[in-house]
Amino acid sequence: MAEGRRVLITGISGQLAGMVARALEQRDDVHEIIGIDVREPHHELQRTEFVRADIRNPIVARVLEAAAIDTVLHMSTATTPSEAGGRARMKERNVIGAMQLLAACQRAPTMRRFVLKSTTAVYGSDHADPALFREEHSAQQPAKHGFAKDVTEVEAYVRALGRRRKDIDVTLLRFANLLGARLDSAFHTLFTLPVVPTVLGFDPRLQFCHEDDAVAVMVRAATGDQPGVYNVAGDGVLYLSQCVRLAGRIAAPIPLPFVSGVANLVRRSRRGDISPEQLRFLQFGRVVDTRQLTEDFGYTPAFTTRSAFEDFVRRRRIEGLVDRQSVDRFEQELYGFLQRKGQERFLDDQRGTGR
Amino acid sequence: MSQASEQHAQVISMAEQRAARSARGVADATPATDSRPRCGASTLDGRPCRNYAVDGGRCRVHALGSGSAGARGQSAPSQPMAPRPSTPAAAPFGGLGIAGGTGRNRVDRRRPSRASAPEPGHDEAFARAQQELQRRGYAGAIDGLAALRDVADDRWIDALRGMIAFLRRRVTGDYTVDEFGFDEDLTTHVLMPILRPMHQRYWRVGADGAEHIPTDGGGLIVANHAGTLPADALITRLDVFDQTGRHARELGADLVFRTPFIGEFARKTGATLASGDDADRLLASGELVAVWPEGYKGLGKHWRDRYKLQRFGRGGFVATALRAQVPIVPTAIVGSEEIYPMLFDMRIVSKVLGLPYFPMFAQMFALPVLGPFALLPLPSKWLIEYGEPIDTASMGPEVAEDAMALFDLTDQVRDRIQGMLHRNLMGRRSVFL
Repeated sequence: MAEGRRVLITGISGQLAGMVARALEQRDDVHEIIGIDVREPHHELQRTEFVRADIRNPIVARVLEAAAIDTVLHMSTATTPSEAGGRARMKERNVIGAMQLLAACQRAPTMRRFVLKSTTAVYGSDHADPALFREEHSAQQPAKHGFAKDVTEVEAYVRALGRRRKDIDVTLLRFANLLGARLDSAFHTLFTLPVVPTVLGFDPRLQFCHEDDAVAVMVRAATGDQPGVYNVAGDGVLYLSQCVRLAGRIAAPIPLPFVSGVANLVRRSRRGDISPEQLRFLQFGRVVDTRQLTEDFGYTPAFTTRSAFEDFVRRRRIEGLVDRQSVDRFEQELYGFLQRKGQERFLDDQRGTGR
Repeated sequence: MSQASEQHAQVISMAEQRAARSARGVADATPATDSRPRCGASTLDGRPCRNYAVDGGRCRVHALGSGSAGARGQSAPSQPMAPRPSTPAAAPFGGLGIAGGTGRNRVDRRRPSRASAPEPGHDEAFARAQQELQRRGYAGAIDGLAALRDVADDRWIDALRGMIAFLRRRVTGDYTVDEFGFDEDLTTHVLMPILRPMHQRYWRVGADGAEHIPTDGGGLIVANHAGTLPADALITRLDVFDQTGRHARELGADLVFRTPFIGEFARKTGATLASGDDADRLLASGELVAVWPEGYKGLGKHWRDRYKLQRFGRGGFVATALRAQVPIVPTAIVGSEEIYPMLFDMRIVSKVLGLPYFPMFAQMFALPVLGPFALLPLPSKWLIEYGEPIDTASMGPEVAEDAMALFDLTDQVRDRIQGMLHRNLMGRRSVFL
């Protein structure tokens, strides 16, 4: 341990993985970082060595052994089919890839820690959901397709690894919707459309996690010593309608029967990919309990849900159609108007300009 | 400049001028024409009427009242456009009108110029007045506000300011909701003010035993449910809020949260799913929770079963209160049964729509006569009684695991509520008074 940890990061070309790698590079207790992905990462990495390989490739097992990796951060789960090139390939990469990676980890004698970047999507989204999901909860209806199903399956395999190799600490980090200046997410898509499509008659409760918090949590999971399952999200809750207002944009409520049609249109126009479970999420939303994160894991997110969203709006330069300052100014004017003094001034103004 | 402002003043106050002219006309004329007979009737405030008598010792106004107003249509001196018989009545209001009068006067002013008199200079004056109005913009509104202020102090202005601030918060999203989705800002400033007239005027809710509601810390309000639509839940919440300033958080059935609009509304006004998880969490954070354990069985029960408590679910609420060690406040609501007396349940329709019941209530038979008004709830007189709290802290949380004790406690709560219902039913004079 004197020479520090030797970390393997899968899906290194992803934005969050890149940020995590950079953060790990800063640390003295991390000796070696190897990134693995099929695409070359665009971000500047210094110490990190890049291996171009698919995680299904047997080369992974050899890297694990040769570099005496003791920590694996698995961050290569693709969220949308378009990202992976079709649903079948997405499934192949997400689930089969994870299985093969886990199999390799099980064989690697130096392995001590496995960290999975998971998502709160594993809780599903349903009207009968508890108000807050705790880590021991599971989805009301098991996910039938898509990203949520993949992640649920991967989580099960990771737990199985933890059972088979008692000496490997397993950490599952379930992130709420990640927002940040560099991350692309479904929410970014939603807020870059001319109007924000919402489901008529539904207003989901949302929770966000800022990318800085996400990186800090990943680093802490890789270097610290608190294995377990943790929900990661900022404090507080925002309604989608409130987000729309905070961003100063305009909502376009779509009646439920037409929602999937509109999602298809968005997909066809290549402005973004909104999957069916995300549509369901737009109906009911999801909120998780982050008590274990603060108490057991020992990390308090720097950003609340709201400040994460506001930071996202500011840094992504999402332009509001309703300007906040002008609303405030208008209110001040109305206040003045209501005061007798204001009235006199107003009248004088009117007379002055009229003359 | 002074000339300009003088002219300006002239034009602006055309209404007042006319009022003054007519008043002056009366005052000036009084000594000269005093010999003419005055109206013999007295006005509403008891003084003798000062109008000239025109018919049988009555003035035009009072002659109208006595019924002989058939063909009379000659113009009074103060009213140049007499053909409408209603205009004399407008004259006294014209004098009073501070701001409200402006609109009327504008209309009046336009009428004669178009219809009757092509007076020279009139159109010109009218055009000038119009121009002036345009130039002054909101002056009318300002006069109105000033008048409102004089009449109603600063309260109105403050209320208006509050409203503007609320709108600003809504537009910019500057409000907080809690983890359950409770939007306190919306509930306090929109839902409660909407419900208050229903509470105070329509159903004239009387409350009894409000001192039993815990003023701090957790508490579980358990009440009977009736009336086809859950109006009693909303009214009880308002009542609790007005009595203690606390928001009672409802536990709702999952159908509520599945339904568009209603689910959204319920979440925003503080309801959450009636599940052990949510209830435990709410009570643990020291919230006041309200629960209607009869659920749909209580809401959609027949008129013949009114005020008969239905089965209290599975008694999960008792276990919740025991786990959180909070007092249970049994609450009896009398009056909610009568708002929509359900005569029968259209099972076929409810099956098709996937609803727990589809009511045919008494007012529906008045639909052909009253139209949509028939769908209004009946204005029964309500009484909400909060009973003596049942202390669960003395029993200890381990009782929550004892099924027999849970059944006993559930029955105890149910009996208390039923007892209060009977007592209050005996005590009330009639359903509507």
